[in-house]
Amino acid sequence: MMNYIWVGLVVIAVIAGAVTGTMEDVINNVFTFAEEAVNICIGLIGIMAFFCGLMKVMEKAGICDLLAKALAPIMTRLFPDVPKDHPAMSAMVLWMASNMLGIGNAATPFGLKAMADLQTLNPTKNIATNAQCMMLAIGTTSVTLLPVTVLGIRASVQTEGAAEIIVPVIIATTISTVVGIFFTWLFQKTKRWKWENVIEKEIAAGTLEVNDNYMGDSPIVLPEGYVCKIE
Amino acid sequence: MFTTIIETLSNWAIPVVIALVALFAICKKVPVYTVFTEGAKDGFSTAVMIIPYLTAMLCAIGMFRASGAMDWLCAILDPITSLVGCPSEVLPQGIMRSFSGGASEGLLTDLLTQYGTQSQIGRIASVAQGSTETTFYIVAVYMGSVGVSNARHSIAAGLLGDLASLLAAVFLVNIIWY
Repeated sequence: MMNYIWVGLVVIAVIAGAVTGTMEDVINNVFTFAEEAVNICIGLIGIMAFFCGLMKVMEKAGICDLLAKALAPIMTRLFPDVPKDHPAMSAMVLWMASNMLGIGNAATPFGLKAMADLQTLNPTKNIATNAQCMMLAIGTTSVTLLPVTVLGIRASVQTEGAAEIIVPVIIATTISTVVGIFFTWLFQKTKRWKWENVIEKEIAAGTLEVNDNYMGDSPIVLPEGYVCKIE
Repeated sequence: MFTTIIETLSNWAIPVVIALVALFAICKKVPVYTVFTEGAKDGFSTAVMIIPYLTAMLCAIGMFRASGAMDWLCAILDPITSLVGCPSEVLPQGIMRSFSGGASEGLLTDLLTQYGTQSQIGRIASVAQGSTETTFYIVAVYMGSVGVSNARHSIAAGLLGDLASLLAAVFLVNIIWY
């Protein structure tokens, strides 16, 4: 899907640029956004290092286990494929908690840590597991108690009534998260997106890569004579 | 009142948690400083790992944004969204929300300045902006950080979530204020 979306965006942009005469802006934005992407990532290094360090301390002190145990009833339902004492669980709990409080700077490192932990349960290198998709469904629909950025923008335009949208935002974001979780759950059963079917399709196309760092107990069994065409 | 409580909580949460974690760990005889620096090493590689994925996604979105194709998309979707009472002025921002956080914030600011923060348009746009995340950015960053290229149904589910948040914003604002 990513492939089609990417090609779609680029091709439509060039066609629209040609029709509306904005081709110069189109190419300028390639340079601007390439720079921005790198700036975002470089800016992330320091804060990533800090929170990864903190996570490691929490892990060693046994705090992560306590956290995961406390929220196990909800987490095991959302992520049935992840063992309930797996480090990914506590990282995800921390990630959601910092998202809720609107602390984006802390949320990203926790989320990336959770993703890396989930990847150890992924028998493939390149295909997202059900758990990873579920985590992103929660991430893309956001869980928040304080929409910090929007409040800031509203207050900068007019202070009076800036905060009146908080309650509707909390309700709307709950709805969107429920919808996101529901469709993720529904889509992972469909023929097109079912884990087994995607694996089969990628094996047939020779694009499946096996995860050498897989730590689960059901590795991918590749058919004899399978040649990976990547690299 | 509610805002101040949550704002205070947001500012206090992390520093207090950091201090408590450090204290708890040292009581448990964990060599805190050594372990911290060991963990911090992973942060670097993760941040660098994301660069190619984010560049690919952001550049494509940047091209799309500059080309004026957004107007076409709005023209296609407007008849559908106006059925549920979504003002067409909100649509460009509502769609941009899934692609680019910065761009949709810019559009929100324009709407708020033009129509006022306490107008129907201003309120719907604010709620829609605050109640979801930038789907394409999130998927590119998180899937990219582990090198996953086949995101399966993540984008589809994320976009449906974005649509739900826009519709919820329209309904909630109309119920609460109109």
